[in-house]
Amino acid sequence: MTELLVGTKKGLFVLEGEPGAPFEVTTRAFAGEPVENALRDPRSGRLLASVTSAFYGPKLWYTDDPAGEWEQAQGVALPEGGDAALERIWVIVAGEADGTIYAGGDPGVLFESRDGGESFALNRGLWEHPTRPKWTPGGGGLCLHSIATWPDEPDRIAVAISAAGVWLSDDRGETWRKGNAGLKPNYVPEDMPEDEVGLCVHRLRRAPTRPERIFMQFHGGVYRSDDAGESWHDIAPGLPSDFGFPLAIDPADPDSAYVIPLVADMDRVTPEGRVRVYETRDAGATWTPRGNGLPPEHAYLTILREAFDWAGEGEALELYFGATSGGVFGSGDAGASWFDAATHLPPVLSVTAA
Amino acid sequence: MPHVHLREPLKRLAGNRSEHALEGATVGEVLLALERAQPALDGWILDERDVLRRHINVFVNGELGGPDTQLGAGDRLDILPAISGG
Repeated sequence: MTELLVGTKKGLFVLEGEPGAPFEVTTRAFAGEPVENALRDPRSGRLLASVTSAFYGPKLWYTDDPAGEWEQAQGVALPEGGDAALERIWVIVAGEADGTIYAGGDPGVLFESRDGGESFALNRGLWEHPTRPKWTPGGGGLCLHSIATWPDEPDRIAVAISAAGVWLSDDRGETWRKGNAGLKPNYVPEDMPEDEVGLCVHRLRRAPTRPERIFMQFHGGVYRSDDAGESWHDIAPGLPSDFGFPLAIDPADPDSAYVIPLVADMDRVTPEGRVRVYETRDAGATWTPRGNGLPPEHAYLTILREAFDWAGEGEALELYFGATSGGVFGSGDAGASWFDAATHLPPVLSVTAA
Repeated sequence: MPHVHLREPLKRLAGNRSEHALEGATVGEVLLALERAQPALDGWILDERDVLRRHINVFVNGELGGPDTQLGAGDRLDILPAISGG
């Protein structure tokens, strides 16, 4: 049985099922509220969800029973009396140390919990970074959307912010340095001073069996790093477009990555009216379209950055992604074939599989 | 002393009480007093800057007010979500 946590514009949907057939909606929580992201902590079984009420602001919640009561996590806020307010929590990630949960949000902020998500503290190293005044937001805000932990090494972590680029820490977030060498933004003049360029990273994923390798979907570009995010190499050739948002991997294969190209930044839908996932098994040297079972025509979908995830690995790899048009698509054979997991949900903001 | 009237979900957070008598000469002062008296409301009506959230309306005796609206003893404040959404 696979569980999907589907964050939508109108609540969190918990889906359960087996690959190959539609999933059952077992729970809906936060009805009517935008749920940006959700996580089931594999260590505790606890569920966490980020909810951005249009009225009452962003909150992070946790529960041990999604159909029951949810508790509001404490400390998910910026310092009182400052000139900024928390806009949104984009992503929730389980850390490597016991009880550690990370949450990333807008304006370019990272929170850390050491008690399984009941309370959080703002990461001061990133919040007070001297370059912060020069950070610029992307269209979705100054969102910290990717948190790549390093297996069994809690001190090493990479985050990505749109449009403040990649940030690396080797001391559990005490200090941060840039990791952007090789990124080539095509949306600013080539002679723009390097420290003034806003780097619009869309998604990072680290290969857990070779953690120095990270894949990136950029705002116009797909990249790979083999030195833990210090430098990046273009691997977009072979794709129908270098634009897109989400990126998935097969955790058993450090040479694997999956992307869902969209036409371009000015036309953020699937190209040619066809929905296709592109797979590489050679670290980006070549790409293969995987569309068997996906809408083949008249399909203009938008898939957001948190809306693509996986369960299992290797031959048992399952892939799931959701679209803003309310469909969730799944594959139980590593992308070789696809099925409709759900067809009529509200606009999908995120998909988390477990 | 002004009285604040809350509906769900704010009422539940405020000890499941809808009526709250609070000191304050302006709407802003009363909202800060409400947060101090009911810490679970922290961040729900005012953000970290103590700015009234954009889609929350405060009515004073039935008329839309703002943080600087002056209050007198016996004034009634209703805190309601705005007509917005999508």
